[in-house]
Amino acid sequence: MAHRIVILGAGTGGTLTANRLRRRYAAEEAQITVVDQDDRHVYQPGLLFVPFGLTHPEDIVRPRGRQLHAGIDYHRSAVGSVDIAANQVTLEDGETLDYDVLVVATGAVLAPEETEGLTGPGWMDRVFTFYSPEGAAALEAAFAGFDGGRIVVNIVDMPIKCPVAPLEFCFLADWYFTERGIRDRVQLTYVTPLDGAFTKPVSSAKLAGMLAEKGVELVTEFNTGEVDGAGGRLVAYDGREVPFDLAVVVPLHEGAAYVGRSPGLGDELNFVPTDDHTLQSKAAPNIFVIGDAANVPASKAGSVTHFEGETLVENVRRFLAGEPLEPGFDGHANCFIETGFHKALLIDFNYETEPLGGHYPGPVGLPLLKESRLNHLGKLMFQWFYWHSLLPGRDIPGIGAGMPGAGKTPAANQGADQ
Amino acid sequence: MTVATIAKTDVELNDEGFFVDPAQWTEAMVPELARHEGIDELTDAHWTVIRFMRTEYLTKGSGPTVRVLGKASGVSIKELYQLFPKGPAKVAAKIAGIPKPRGCI
Repeated sequence: MAHRIVILGAGTGGTLTANRLRRRYAAEEAQITVVDQDDRHVYQPGLLFVPFGLTHPEDIVRPRGRQLHAGIDYHRSAVGSVDIAANQVTLEDGETLDYDVLVVATGAVLAPEETEGLTGPGWMDRVFTFYSPEGAAALEAAFAGFDGGRIVVNIVDMPIKCPVAPLEFCFLADWYFTERGIRDRVQLTYVTPLDGAFTKPVSSAKLAGMLAEKGVELVTEFNTGEVDGAGGRLVAYDGREVPFDLAVVVPLHEGAAYVGRSPGLGDELNFVPTDDHTLQSKAAPNIFVIGDAANVPASKAGSVTHFEGETLVENVRRFLAGEPLEPGFDGHANCFIETGFHKALLIDFNYETEPLGGHYPGPVGLPLLKESRLNHLGKLMFQWFYWHSLLPGRDIPGIGAGMPGAGKTPAANQGADQ
Repeated sequence: MTVATIAKTDVELNDEGFFVDPAQWTEAMVPELARHEGIDELTDAHWTVIRFMRTEYLTKGSGPTVRVLGKASGVSIKELYQLFPKGPAKVAAKIAGIPKPRGCI
């Protein structure tokens, strides 16, 4: 009998998993069903560019079903819950799906209502987020009419999708207001719960230096307890306040709501406890997790999801064949960081190794942890790779799933490379 | 790394003041560890949080973040900041003798 594989979510992880599995198994060997609640697949890295008029929401959204290869069933419904003991998913449209293997790929969702005041007076008027197409579009209109004042960019708490995006937002805002000739009338402040600009020491120091160069004030260890839209201030739990005329807030993230309705599947934040290296869930041996839905200590980012794909599909195959799983995923992440003025820098890291300088993927390659025009072009080109190579589940030539070590400068010598 | 004497027992602390080996910790050390953090009077709510941190670490391998504490410990985030004004997750982790919570990536 054909294996029944059910994939929840048709975003980056669900789509590339379905397409890779479809190539791995002949039609009679496996029945693959993908479930999603809507038919809008958003190229999420594009959201960053919307507020600055560099792209538009309609240019970064495509139908989900069309990204799935022939021979994959696409079922459009929200998920009700998963019954782990019965190996069955109940959908909100009333259907039930029995599975031999379940892949959870429903990502992370925004929870702005969890922060006091955030969705109250001023929301989408002077308090925005660029983490949704609607928010990014509203912010574009607000920026177009902004002629000076104090802008704060705030991360409420980790984890968030694409942890570098709020920094990129600051760099692009510096460029945008410079181009408009009013940079001297705009105060930019970056307010983060972290104790530095970023998490890992070498890149954190580099990025803090770039914020300073671009005249962006850095406020650290700020745990936002309230966003007071009417009064124009962020209030931390410890009582500190940061005033604003316009706030760009990255709301709290959590896993999909059905995870919380499925006993034994998720943690307190509805993320699914998952083995760091095999990507098998800790909930049940026949449940695997890819992308932002997993609680693994890797960045919640498309590149991580892409690099997980190979290990995940191999381990689904091994599980169904009764073979031991391969601990193949090393936490590899790779991010272009847009820095404005047609430049970007690139960082590459995994569970063990922090982002370092040098070149990627080998000694002759893109410069790491260093601004360059080449990296900016790489970032722009990536959207093409996303639709045509990453989602179809193909490997990008020369870019392996594991983190490369060649071409990198050890942490101790970072100064020498700059 | 330094060796400190707490409740008449030598324990190893890292540069930031977290226990290197959580097995060296005992509940008897809590009042003295709390005083180091500026907390002179330990209430039942402090104990609830400290024991919760400890249990989470022992079962999951990492201490909870403030947000998880607020959701799961039964003490609201606002109250957590009243109990541990210098940062609930970090300070409670020090007092509970566990490593710094692996907050974020």
